[in-house]
Amino acid sequence: MANFETMTINMGPQHPSTHGVLRLVLELDGETVVKATPHIGYLHRGIEKLSEHRTYHQILPLTDRLDYLAPMHNNLGYVLAVEKLLGLTDAIPERAQVVRVLMAELTRLKSHLVWLACHALDIGAMTVFIYCFREREHIMNVYEKLSGARMTSNYFRVGGLSADLPEGIEQEIRQFANDMPGHIETYEGLLTGNIIWQKRIQGNGIISAEDAIDLGVTGPALRGSGVDWDLRRDEPYSGYENYDFEVAVADGCDTWARYHVRLKEMRESCKIIHQALDKLKPGPILADAPKVCLPPKKDVVNTIEGLIHHFKIITEGFKPEPGEVYVGVENPKGEVGFYLVSDGSPCPYRMKIRPASFINLQALPKMVEGSLIADVVAVIGTLDIVLGEIDR
Amino acid sequence: MSVQDAVDKLKAKFGETVLAVSEFRGETTVVVKKEEIVAVCAFLKQELGFNFLTDLCSIDYLGQAPRFMMVYQLYNIGTHRRLRIKAAVEESDARIDTVSGVWATANWLERECYDLMGIVFNNHPDLRRILMPDDWVGHPLRKDYPVQGPDREPYQGRLQ
Repeated sequence: MANFETMTINMGPQHPSTHGVLRLVLELDGETVVKATPHIGYLHRGIEKLSEHRTYHQILPLTDRLDYLAPMHNNLGYVLAVEKLLGLTDAIPERAQVVRVLMAELTRLKSHLVWLACHALDIGAMTVFIYCFREREHIMNVYEKLSGARMTSNYFRVGGLSADLPEGIEQEIRQFANDMPGHIETYEGLLTGNIIWQKRIQGNGIISAEDAIDLGVTGPALRGSGVDWDLRRDEPYSGYENYDFEVAVADGCDTWARYHVRLKEMRESCKIIHQALDKLKPGPILADAPKVCLPPKKDVVNTIEGLIHHFKIITEGFKPEPGEVYVGVENPKGEVGFYLVSDGSPCPYRMKIRPASFINLQALPKMVEGSLIADVVAVIGTLDIVLGEIDR
Repeated sequence: MSVQDAVDKLKAKFGETVLAVSEFRGETTVVVKKEEIVAVCAFLKQELGFNFLTDLCSIDYLGQAPRFMMVYQLYNIGTHRRLRIKAAVEESDARIDTVSGVWATANWLERECYDLMGIVFNNHPDLRRILMPDDWVGHPLRKDYPVQGPDREPYQGRLQ
């Protein structure tokens, strides 16, 4: 009998609000969602398999292609895991640590800007989309000056950074961090008091703290359910313990709460960027580990040691001792972790990525079942998923 | 409670089931018998506060016996402690009980493990492929699966 009463429809994989190639099979009773079944894998590129056949340096560009809205966070998680595997964690120079934090927070802003833009656009607020992308463009320009690429930055290296900051970039970033809180106020002015926005997201996509922990939800989605947990504060990496910032938490458990958590995070990121710029002192950007870090180009062409190290690292890579490590970092979407197993060869024996979006998406059926089909769009937006990371 | 206390309690409770404890770079790994995996996980969650399953995966040690190793990365949100649980799975009987009843997170992660590594999870509520197409043959993350594709020669290694 049930089949006569409900209707099954496909949402995606080409639906514009699914942010990539996500397919949802929705069983509907009128406009109410009875059951939602996500289908993923359209973007599966086998990054974990490929990693088993590449040296540790060669894997780094693959990590950019996971969460392509926050590439530097993936780079960071990966290099931290390799450094831990090598026992290099304490050898990273101060300047490299500060630049990593600086870029990680700029990346968080970049990712949250896309979240807000697309979330608002999905619900019908077009102006916010244009404004957010205007600001994002500044961050893309910074990326380009640093690494030559606007999206797949590949900027961090095992042991430090690929290049030092270009001249004049500090003023540009500071200017941007000065302007950004004003822009966030503009977005808030367009949205927070907007009655349509409120009606669409208040009480939408509710998930309790217990359910969120049980389902492994992390990041702003977890903090929106009142769980005060942020890896930057609770398991600090790259010197996050030296920065003064607040962890944004809201206990509404709904899309409205998650909206406020992310806006607060953007403001906190601006604060961290200022602190990082203040801490920035001249110094080396790579650890003193010649068998791991590529030497500067001038040493490669001028010294025999530089040439040998360059040749050995490029042709053979480096060989960490056998062992296994797991490192998680606070990506804009949640905890992204890298589990590396080494067998003493130049390639990881196994690399498992903990994808934040994959695990957060698992909570989607729980959040939409029983609500209206139009709310599904808002829930996908609030989960802030990236299919590149889900499918890997 | 430190991780060492948790390991001691686990040993006291399960005795013979705990096969090995090791530490590397400050991370503790406990190897347990696969028959007891659900009981161990439930104990860790309910009694020792490891309420968060960070990740779950398997490793293929092709050419060794037992061939597969299940890896569970646990986390305690209250104390910020991490613990890694492992359980060996033989090739001839590549199945293990699901822990999706302990942490709901495990549902999709076990589906992924089944899809890419071919390990079957007993009593799993919805054991289907997740990343590969439904009609795919083979399990791509196995070491004897060629990296270039299913109909190609096995990869000979980049350094030969």
